[in-house]
Amino acid sequence: MSDIIKNGLIQSDDWQVLRLAEGEAAADAALPAGRAIVPLAVWQARRDELLPKAEAGVLGVWLAGSEDPFALEADLPLLQLVAVDFPKFADGRGYSIATLLRTRLGYGGELRAIGDVLRDQFFFMLRCGFSVLQPREGKYTTAQLEAALASLKDFTTPYQGAVDRPEPLFRRQPRTPLQKDAA
Amino acid sequence: MYKYDEYDQRIVDERVAQFADQTRRFLAGELSEDEFRPLRLQNGVYIQRHAPMLRIAVPYGNLNSKQLRMLGHIARRYDHGYAHVTTRHNIQFNWPKLEDVPEILGLLSSVQMHAIQTSGNCIRNVTSDPFAGVAADEIADPRPWCEILRQWSTFHPEFAFLPRKFKIAVNGAKQDRALVQAHDIGLDLVYNEAGELGFRVLVGGGLGRTPIIGAEISAFVPWQQILNYCSAILRVYNLHGRRDNAYKARIKILVKALGVEEFARQVEAEFVHLKDGPSTLTQAEIDRVAGRFDDPVLAPLPQDAGYRAHLAENKAFAAWARRNVRAHRVQGYASVVLSLKPYGVAPGDLTAEQFDAIADLADRHAFGEVRNTHEQNVLLASVREADLFEVWQQARELGLATPNIGLLTDIISCPGGDFCALANAKSIPIANAIQDRFTDLDYLYDLGELELNISGCMNACGHHHVGHIGILGVDKNGQEFYQVTIGGSQGNQAALGKVIGPSFAAAEMPDVITSLINNFIDNRHEDERFIDTVRRIGIDSFKTRVYAERAARLEARETANV
Repeated sequence: MSDIIKNGLIQSDDWQVLRLAEGEAAADAALPAGRAIVPLAVWQARRDELLPKAEAGVLGVWLAGSEDPFALEADLPLLQLVAVDFPKFADGRGYSIATLLRTRLGYGGELRAIGDVLRDQFFFMLRCGFSVLQPREGKYTTAQLEAALASLKDFTTPYQGAVDRPEPLFRRQPRTPLQKDAA
Repeated sequence: MYKYDEYDQRIVDERVAQFADQTRRFLAGELSEDEFRPLRLQNGVYIQRHAPMLRIAVPYGNLNSKQLRMLGHIARRYDHGYAHVTTRHNIQFNWPKLEDVPEILGLLSSVQMHAIQTSGNCIRNVTSDPFAGVAADEIADPRPWCEILRQWSTFHPEFAFLPRKFKIAVNGAKQDRALVQAHDIGLDLVYNEAGELGFRVLVGGGLGRTPIIGAEISAFVPWQQILNYCSAILRVYNLHGRRDNAYKARIKILVKALGVEEFARQVEAEFVHLKDGPSTLTQAEIDRVAGRFDDPVLAPLPQDAGYRAHLAENKAFAAWARRNVRAHRVQGYASVVLSLKPYGVAPGDLTAEQFDAIADLADRHAFGEVRNTHEQNVLLASVREADLFEVWQQARELGLATPNIGLLTDIISCPGGDFCALANAKSIPIANAIQDRFTDLDYLYDLGELELNISGCMNACGHHHVGHIGILGVDKNGQEFYQVTIGGSQGNQAALGKVIGPSFAAAEMPDVITSLINNFIDNRHEDERFIDTVRRIGIDSFKTRVYAERAARLEARETANV
């Protein structure tokens, strides 16, 4: 069981992320028992086998930063969970992948950030449409994770539109003109 | 100056709180050095040779007197009494303590300033023309667009961790003074044939390790769509820019790898989906942002007779006016460049006392506003002609009236090896040694406009590639050497300089410059600038002259030693 953040709360979670070992073939990888998030390559190699699990809501697919979210285009209506991997927290490709999944591909299911997911990036992840944040395994104590929930709300009124609030500030709120002194 | 509204202020205040907590967690050992690094960089904190360096954002170069006084206060209270104006309009402090940074950022926030995204792999401070709003050749004022880009790029969640840093510059004048061709995105405000305002968009320019002049990917993007178009560029870059090698991670490398046409096609394919979306700008928003600039309303004044009398009577004042005073779009006003290039001082440095004094000068004579220029000087944008003589007298007392703007001694220089951990060689002593060689003002005037830029390493903070003469510090077996380029230029005819040959020891540099100058004098046509002569005759005769005179010097020294 790992701790995840969902709807602004810490929750326990039993999804397991399958990562292929170096050189391991997608076709041969053993699936974990229970609910599993598999690499795109495994999904593509064993789609027929995995489809019933996906439809039953016990199998999700994760995308690496180098993978094109459009590869999942046809399957998205079948998937209840898609994850995006952050190999390093400073690798920002996942933000664009998430944005594309939400805005261009219309994906409405659970979108989970996995990998090197750290509290100081929570705010950006939420804005890009992630609905579940799964912090790096073993990174935070429960108390630290409780404290980290504050990072979800680092900024109350961001300027630009993003997935969470598509309209930029100037469309969301009336912004007042400058009161100029009469010349 | 753009005046914050409640939202602008809140975002900056929230940033201070966020970084205070991050710094606390770092100092408590909860954040590793690797985890903290990108966070501190995006708040302007570098670890330097001696101490952390704090780079403060000066959006498109604009500062008011209250902010100047705060910078003076910070210099005194948290630094060694001075700060440095960078080639990207920003201000750098060299000696703050890391644990003091949150407090400094809090003070900055109280005067509507911050250090957001002044470093790190994100969209950096937007730069522009220091003469924005007062230049006679202006097509449209770039400042509201810069501010709109600033707001859009501030904590943009999708583009918070790009492959590498990302710099945007906006030019709104016929003559480019914003180096748009040397930026990741360069925007030129233009009118199309229908009389509509928009942007010509360049991408992939930049100096640094792989200097490249930016390529046009769109001749006209309507202003309404500019954020959508920039988002498309950034998205293509964020997804496809290289992340395996920091030296090949800038957008210019991606543009080069794909080819300009293919890159433009990918941007266009992305833009189709963003066009007319929620981030499309409205006239009301442009008007609102433009309206938050509290520019003075200037009515034309009759030409000032007193000013002209002083020009006729006072040779020193006339010399200063010729070099440091620029025409203003409103009659009876002028723009004044305060030179941060007196002899013997690190180019671009200001003391705490000078910050205060410039604030006073701005309040009395320039509507409380100044701009930092990328040439590392300070501009008073609007000064009444009748005030110029007094401004000159006061600037002279402050050591800010060296009449050398645009001349050989108005050297652009990075802080170099005296401060910077990245540097291969020192920059400041080379700048000072060259200034010492050329002290005769009449001689300098006769040489005319000549831009000499020095960088202490190939990261090119001193913009050496676009100097008419460029000097680059290089490491040769642990020794500091200097490579010389000529023929670079900024502006509409931006060009990268060409290397003249093997590098030189520090002590040789004034002689090398003398050889270049003498070759120019011997070959120039009337009214030619150094750069014009180089363009006309090429670099060969300069090269021959420099190395022949160098050989003669070495020989003379050996003979003397026999």
